Amino acid sequence: MNRGLLTLKCLIVSLALSFAVVSSVGAAPKGNLDASGANVFDLASVQRGAALFANYCMACHSAKYMRYKRMEEDLDLTEDQIQEFLVPAGLEVSDYMISSMPYEASAEWFGKSPPDLSLTARSRGPDWIYTFLRSYYLTEDGWNNTVLANPAMPHVLWELQGIQRPVMEMVEDETGAMEVKVASLELDQPGTLSPDAYDDAIRDIVAFMQYIAEPAVLKRQRLGIWVLLFLALFTFLSYLLYHEYWKDIKK
Amino acid sequence: MNQLMNSIGNWVDERLPVSDFWKKHISEYYAPKNFNLWYFFGSLSMLVLANQLLTGIFLTMHYKPGAETAFASVEYIMRDVEWGWLIRYMHSTGASLFFVVVYLHMFRALMYGSYQKPREIVWILGVTIYLVLMAESFMGYVLPWGQMSYWGAQVIISLFGAVPYIGEALVEWIRGDYFVADATLNRFFALHVVALPLVLVGLVVLHLAALHEVGSNNPEGVDIKAKKDSAGRPLDGIPFHPYYTIKDIFGVGVFLTLAAFIVFFAPEFGGKFLKPDNFVQANSLVTPDHIPPVWYFTPFYAILQAVPDKLMGVILMGVSVLILYIVPWLDRSPVRSLRYRSWPSKVALAIFVIAFIRLGMLGLSQDSSTFELRLWTFVYFAFFILMPIWTRLEATKPVPERVSSS
Repeated sequence: MNRGLLTLKCLIVSLALSFAVVSSVGAAPKGNLDASGANVFDLASVQRGAALFANYCMACHSAKYMRYKRMEEDLDLTEDQIQEFLVPAGLEVSDYMISSMPYEASAEWFGKSPPDLSLTARSRGPDWIYTFLRSYYLTEDGWNNTVLANPAMPHVLWELQGIQRPVMEMVEDETGAMEVKVASLELDQPGTLSPDAYDDAIRDIVAFMQYIAEPAVLKRQRLGIWVLLFLALFTFLSYLLYHEYWKDIKK
Repeated sequence: MNQLMNSIGNWVDERLPVSDFWKKHISEYYAPKNFNLWYFFGSLSMLVLANQLLTGIFLTMHYKPGAETAFASVEYIMRDVEWGWLIRYMHSTGASLFFVVVYLHMFRALMYGSYQKPREIVWILGVTIYLVLMAESFMGYVLPWGQMSYWGAQVIISLFGAVPYIGEALVEWIRGDYFVADATLNRFFALHVVALPLVLVGLVVLHLAALHEVGSNNPEGVDIKAKKDSAGRPLDGIPFHPYYTIKDIFGVGVFLTLAAFIVFFAPEFGGKFLKPDNFVQANSLVTPDHIPPVWYFTPFYAILQAVPDKLMGVILMGVSVLILYIVPWLDRSPVRSLRYRSWPSKVALAIFVIAFIRLGMLGLSQDSSTFELRLWTFVYFAFFILMPIWTRLEATKPVPERVSSS
């Protein structure tokens, strides 16, 4: 038993080490994203995020896999609240979150149809969304973004954040040529929210997007604790049973 | 009442050998009494197989194969189907854990020489199960029809294009179209849901039938059938039921606890079990920057990348798996278990494990050094090619006649 255990330990340690190395490699190409700090279990935050999402995002973006009605059971909202604050005119609480913007025509208006946001928090990750929505800056050519260069989307939240301007610097690339790059962003004209309040608002939107990316997430972890407790008890009892049966073998 | 049950039992037994079967394979199947924790992974593989079949049946009830419908139907399962998210996570986590337990099960066989005479066919059937499992999981991975499903299928299927002369035609025949498309998805669905599971279950039955014919090996590599009591029962054997059924239930408890932790708290497992890119619907016009295979394939993918020539790479990758078939004949050692061999065997197996894990890491990364890829590929093959030499030359300790009581 002991020798087997030792070999297993060696294997587990080497596996753990390899996972550590792999995950550090995997994280590298994502660039310098800020940790969002969004908390999908903070109901108030997710509710505020829902309102912001309905007001600022859904004019163009849809979340076509998500039903409004689902928020009734998950987010502690009444049907009337959902209808009043979240559902646009012409849609029902039982509908999916479809944008009123025609998908085909929008490609002509923006050069690209606004992507569906149901799963963005799972495909891009919460940190990406958080950093992206805080990294818009204005130049003479219009809005640009340090996370996603030349985005089709203008800065729809600029009234809240204010206007950021880029601070440029010269850097040498691999070939030795000099290149102008954005070093940092600086707030040129304040918005209706302070920088901290703006970050909080974005955090709320990210939390809401995490929720719509996987509405089961809230139920999943609550249930998981009970399942783990049950399995721990089951395993303990089965160990006792095993011990009892094997008493006469292990002499 | 008891009498009635007995007479019903007899009536059935005269027509179908239920009691005989139970005795032969469960209650009077004598297994060595010294199994250690490495011997949990066989029964755990069966448990995961059962999980995949059951959750798969329920997923099939709601999943809609088809390029237009597949992705949305998976999201429908995740959101609108009652307990759909749990069934889906049990299936996706089960797929990865299947490979975890199978790899540990195979490592156990390498460590204790469980493939040696008379268990060659047990091993051959096991390797075949592993091959079918690879095909099964590859096709299952295509079904959610995300970006990784699509482009992973594109990369893997195009490997068949390396075959001289018929390559292009072969690729087209597999895809059923000029590119990975609706036809590909539908045939993979058929194979994943009907054909390969049937083959898999059949092979598992044969694997167990072969095992029960020759009996289980053990960590000491002692042949327990050599010493029997007057009733013909191995002195060091104990009936599988109740001893190992009870012990395996404990193993199941530990395993399920770990599995439940992943299912409920980390179903994406840091992007290793469910990749972020696969939450984007398949799009033939947008190629992802990096298309790594799922973690359990990456060692072989690394071997493919180590070779500059495509055809040679594909051949080497194929050989790297198929070479497992001849391990029973590569090993010339007179003893089974590593415990009675000397340092060459121990060092070789340790280096092999490092090479396999390192290749897995290299296959996952985008810019692995070619030197390292080739180094570990070389080590991987050296393990098998040199096996006949060190196993014949090294000193071995005498194997005891009985399983020690400790």
